[in-house]
Amino acid sequence: MRVRVGLLVFAAVVSGYAQASEFVPIPGGEFRSVIPEGEGDNRVAVADFAVQVAPVTNAEFLRFVLHHSEWQRGTAVSLFVDDQYLSTWAGPISLGPESSPHQPVTQVSWFAANAYCEWQNARLPSWYEWEFIAAANDSVPDARALPEWQQTILSWYSRSGGDRIDDVRSGPANYYEVHDTHGLVWEWVDDFNAFMVTGDNREQGGADQLQFCGAGAITMEEKENYAVLMRVAMLSALEARYTTRSLGFRCARQSEIEP
Amino acid sequence: MRWPTIIIMALPIALAACQPQPVGTAARQADTGGSAAGDLGPPQGEPIHAILTSAPEVPPPVDRNYPAKVIVDMEVRELDMEISEGVTYTFWTFGGTVPGSFIRIRQGDTVEFHLKNHPDSKMPHNIDLHAVTGPGGGAASSFTAPGHETVFSFQALNQGLFVYHCATAPVGMHVANGMYGLILVEPPDGLPPVDKEFYVMQGEFYTVGKYREKGHQPFDMQKAIEENATYVLFNGSEGAMVGENAIKAEVGDSVRLFVGNGGPNLVSSFHVIGEIFDKVFYEGGSRYQENVQTTLVPAGGSAMTEFRVEVPGTLIIVDHSIFRAFNKGALGMIKVDGDDNLAVYSGKEVDNVYLGDKVAADALSVVRDITEAEITGTATKEQRIRAGGVLYNGTCSVCHQQNGEGLAGVFPPLANSDYLMADAERSIEVVLNGLTGPVTVNDSPYNSVMPPMSQLNDDEIANILTFAMNSWGNEADSISPSQVAEIRAQTERPQGAAH
Repeated sequence: MRVRVGLLVFAAVVSGYAQASEFVPIPGGEFRSVIPEGEGDNRVAVADFAVQVAPVTNAEFLRFVLHHSEWQRGTAVSLFVDDQYLSTWAGPISLGPESSPHQPVTQVSWFAANAYCEWQNARLPSWYEWEFIAAANDSVPDARALPEWQQTILSWYSRSGGDRIDDVRSGPANYYEVHDTHGLVWEWVDDFNAFMVTGDNREQGGADQLQFCGAGAITMEEKENYAVLMRVAMLSALEARYTTRSLGFRCARQSEIEP
Repeated sequence: MRWPTIIIMALPIALAACQPQPVGTAARQADTGGSAAGDLGPPQGEPIHAILTSAPEVPPPVDRNYPAKVIVDMEVRELDMEISEGVTYTFWTFGGTVPGSFIRIRQGDTVEFHLKNHPDSKMPHNIDLHAVTGPGGGAASSFTAPGHETVFSFQALNQGLFVYHCATAPVGMHVANGMYGLILVEPPDGLPPVDKEFYVMQGEFYTVGKYREKGHQPFDMQKAIEENATYVLFNGSEGAMVGENAIKAEVGDSVRLFVGNGGPNLVSSFHVIGEIFDKVFYEGGSRYQENVQTTLVPAGGSAMTEFRVEVPGTLIIVDHSIFRAFNKGALGMIKVDGDDNLAVYSGKEVDNVYLGDKVAADALSVVRDITEAEITGTATKEQRIRAGGVLYNGTCSVCHQQNGEGLAGVFPPLANSDYLMADAERSIEVVLNGLTGPVTVNDSPYNSVMPPMSQLNDDEIANILTFAMNSWGNEADSISPSQVAEIRAQTERPQGAAH
């Protein structure tokens, strides 16, 4: 009997918190990326898309693994997740006192994030899509040249990762009504492994220009790129099965598909 | 096919080492053979786990006559630690300290390097060891995400003292946050024994707040690009080698300092006040210069200095680009215990002059108390007087004298001083902005120069004045940091003055 009551309470908690955060339409456009598609031209075109207004939370991801037990900790295949997968949770299907339902889920692999988004009839955003929405501040779509915008990002880097991660939407929404692009967690993107950034960013203009095209971009000529390029460096250190304490995700989808 | 090569290589070196070298002639010295002499054969025996130490400690000599496989386990931690009294900074570290753990191996060793990035880290990191022969110095092979580990191997072909550092984008920021250390590759026969060995590494820090501004200070990218350092430090914090943390030696000891400079930008004019280096293995290489006062240590470079301590007292380690020592923190101490040797030196201790506004050994706790009280807003007048006394002895007593009586006709008295006590606001102004020109104190005329002391923080000035105005027969209310802040804000100073 006690077990049943427990489960009921548990289910109520999960359903109460697990309203997946809504998608907001983003009108695309041309845009100057820190990672050029080709040499010399850093303008990229981003098509219209929709994106979740906040990173996926612990509660949302818990609901997912309740429906898809193959993605529960201890069950998920080790080809797809490392041994720290969902390790901040108390158990395979319980968050425990250390993890708030409103915190962004972290310690998730790219494979798991991808599976979640598919379940939501969505996908992970591309790097360009993510960079596009993250360029905004609360009033303009591209605030990257503003010193305050850069300092916000740099001051997140200036706090150690051992701190408790805030709940999602603790900060203000940006120009696109999107929260938490900076200052909360790193986020997976669909094409994270396409950067080909070498671990040593000083290797520039080597023989294999294609392999190091990302590194070529990291010449730090434009100081405002510094802050965003650290995110690129982070993503390029990852393998798809990796999970880390400060790495979460949000989903995106083509704008014509309504939820 | 390898053996004949090795014998041919090794023989001339062995012969050269046995021949007496003419002194003071232009005779050509045998060289070490460089990297070509570094392959001493495959690793022998069981793998050895390297002993890693935090500054100022150095691992024991290798003491081995064969090449081995050496396993180095290095963990990267991102940690909030104290950079100065009451000031914290998020350091990125190799092994949990700045500088990173000291690694000591033998030429020809094969190192299996395990780089672990702690799960709490936000950033990916890697390591470039200048002791590695190969592209990137290991950086490309050691790129490690938080919560993960990478392994790579290298053979240490060149002997010498080498810097290692993180080379992840943006390199400058990773280095500026403290990601550097030293690896010593001993020559096959080791280094000559000495009594004491220490690890000293310089690095500078760029914070949003000014020097000694209390609280948690973020990294300032703009200052880093402009090479406008807020702190220049030995061993990662202002208190790392002063007071009770001073490194210690006995009269008669031979001392070897392994000196590194992590940068990221500044070159060090490394000097020990009160010593002459008998030998300097400049740039961490195999040749030495003798009888050196100051040696240049490049950013991303090193030096080994050796000297013998002859008299007791405190030797002061500085970057002789001297404002860095007294206004940015580049200062450490070597306490030498033992009997006086008046034939060599017959002076009195001059710590006060050299230390400037630095805090003497037994006074650290007093300052720590007031710093904590300042944060909680509970600082009492008595605490201010105690802390102010410490600062007064360091900063003011050189001119105004320990007893507050000044020097007649040159430095005005503070004891029973009508000028000091008449107007607290004016006194704050004088400390902040200095005073030049004629002034009358206790009916006597003075006409000299007091430099501005605006490098002192508001709370430090408040404490000094509270001390001076309540000592030697003076009595007044305590001065608060906010009074000082108010007057500081009203005063226009040229941009960059004192900071």
